[in-house]
Amino acid sequence: MILGLSRRERRKELVKMGIEPKGLSFFPKEKKQIKDDHEYELVIVGGGPAGLTAAVYGARKKLDLLLISKDLGGQTLLTSTIENYMGYQYITGEELAAKFEEQVRQYPIDIVTGEEVESISPENGRFSIRTKSGHRVFAQAVIVATGKRSRPLNAPGEKEFLGRGVSYCAVCDAPLFPDKEVAVIGAGNSGATAVVDLLKIARRIHVVDILPDWRADPVLVERIEASGKVETHFSREVVRIEGDKLVNAIVLRPVGGDPEERIPVEGVFVEIGLIPNSEFVKGLLELNEAGEIVVDCRCRTNVEGIFAAGDVTSVPEKQIIIAAGEGAKAALSAYAYLIHRKGK
Amino acid sequence: MPLLDDEVRAEVKGEFASLVRGVKLVVFTQEFECSYCAETRSLAEELAELSDKVTVEVHDFLGSKSLADSLKVDKIPAIVVLGDDGKDYGIRFYGIPAGYEFGSLLEAIKLVSAGETGLSPRSKETIRKIEVPVHIQVFVTLTCPYCPLAVQLAHKIAFENERIVADMVEASEFPHLANRYNVYAVPKVVLNDKVEFEGALPEEDFIRYLQEAAKA
Repeated sequence: MILGLSRRERRKELVKMGIEPKGLSFFPKEKKQIKDDHEYELVIVGGGPAGLTAAVYGARKKLDLLLISKDLGGQTLLTSTIENYMGYQYITGEELAAKFEEQVRQYPIDIVTGEEVESISPENGRFSIRTKSGHRVFAQAVIVATGKRSRPLNAPGEKEFLGRGVSYCAVCDAPLFPDKEVAVIGAGNSGATAVVDLLKIARRIHVVDILPDWRADPVLVERIEASGKVETHFSREVVRIEGDKLVNAIVLRPVGGDPEERIPVEGVFVEIGLIPNSEFVKGLLELNEAGEIVVDCRCRTNVEGIFAAGDVTSVPEKQIIIAAGEGAKAALSAYAYLIHRKGK
Repeated sequence: MPLLDDEVRAEVKGEFASLVRGVKLVVFTQEFECSYCAETRSLAEELAELSDKVTVEVHDFLGSKSLADSLKVDKIPAIVVLGDDGKDYGIRFYGIPAGYEFGSLLEAIKLVSAGETGLSPRSKETIRKIEVPVHIQVFVTLTCPYCPLAVQLAHKIAFENERIVADMVEASEFPHLANRYNVYAVPKVVLNDKVEFEGALPEEDFIRYLQEAAKA
């Protein structure tokens, strides 16, 4: 389809499809080696909006600090478009994440990516932090900003068909379903965003939710309804995901009732919310029923010296702008704690 | 208007300033019936304009069949990243390395130029011990933020052992392969058509699958 176009037209075509070659700031930098057994003043665990903002605030206080994370950007990387982060009327998730990273990297702090923290334990008035790959560092104060990840549906067939039609990353996997019939489970903002990603690719999109209506922002819903490609199945629950080697259908029923209805689809995108990445601090930090780290209005946890910020915490409303604000607050609280600690 | 805008060109130019050894991009393409062949060629040529250390050789896939065969290139568009002396490090891109994969192409150029993967000494030792050929295919989409991690790691692994070849394969340009290997989530890594996994795994875990594929 692109052949026969001028280069200018081709570039426009790539931009339209969101696959124009990106600048270097988009790519993970060389993995830095961890300074084993070094004692940092502050270790920030997690590199989403909360962790990155905390890093900027901590760096400006000239703390000896380490940011350790699986990636830089967190869930922002998985969001195709953002229209409610102040200062940008419209920005893609990757662009915003790249801008965050650029801002953090102007400071001389240690950043280690591609690493996950396995445990934090208090040890002689400081904290020992172990990573999954077997490294260890020490910290006088810690900020936990590990965010959230997709909540599984817990329906039969979901695990079996993961990577065989079941996906938790619409922005990644949508291009693999050209002209196919797919289902999006969840009619909140992330579900609606997944539908928007699929509109230009899939033939038909079924949206399923246990609630009777969309919970997504009306601007997204209008765009979806105007497409004529989407069929909604509200007040329905997923009974199971069926298939042979690959997904070939989802089975629904009215919430708590009958009859079952089988909808042939080849892809199932699960977007029913998120669960906190807090398993590694279970038993150390107080968690609420949702598994979120309980913090006070200064981002303090129940353990003195450990702070938490962003989506992983009990703070209501999961928004990039809120996570960023909480990250700033956590860093300032941690700084106050470190100053007070030195004075003792 | 070129494929790379001025801002990206300036960034890449800065990055390429530190290139050490020369790198040759061998592009296989054809005039018709190949989506993104023209763009892939332009992309390689525009990159080469940004450093005198990077050169491009463009070949017609059918016209240069013996070269394609000797590099085991079986589909287009393809970019093979060679040393300037023609040394093959097993680094291949099938489909356009645009979107997030543009970074993987830059990293591959830097890798061949610097001659150092930065993998841990233990990983290097394990990879070098593998004595059978391993073909790594990393299926990606251009909108997948995790995919470059898998592609770049696969290329580094290939660099460490001449028996290993690592391909980036852009899934939507090769639907028959995506079909054959059931690619419904990316990154998906297939090793010697026998062992496969999904996701951007850490170095140690990826290498464990590599050992499994070498044993199988």
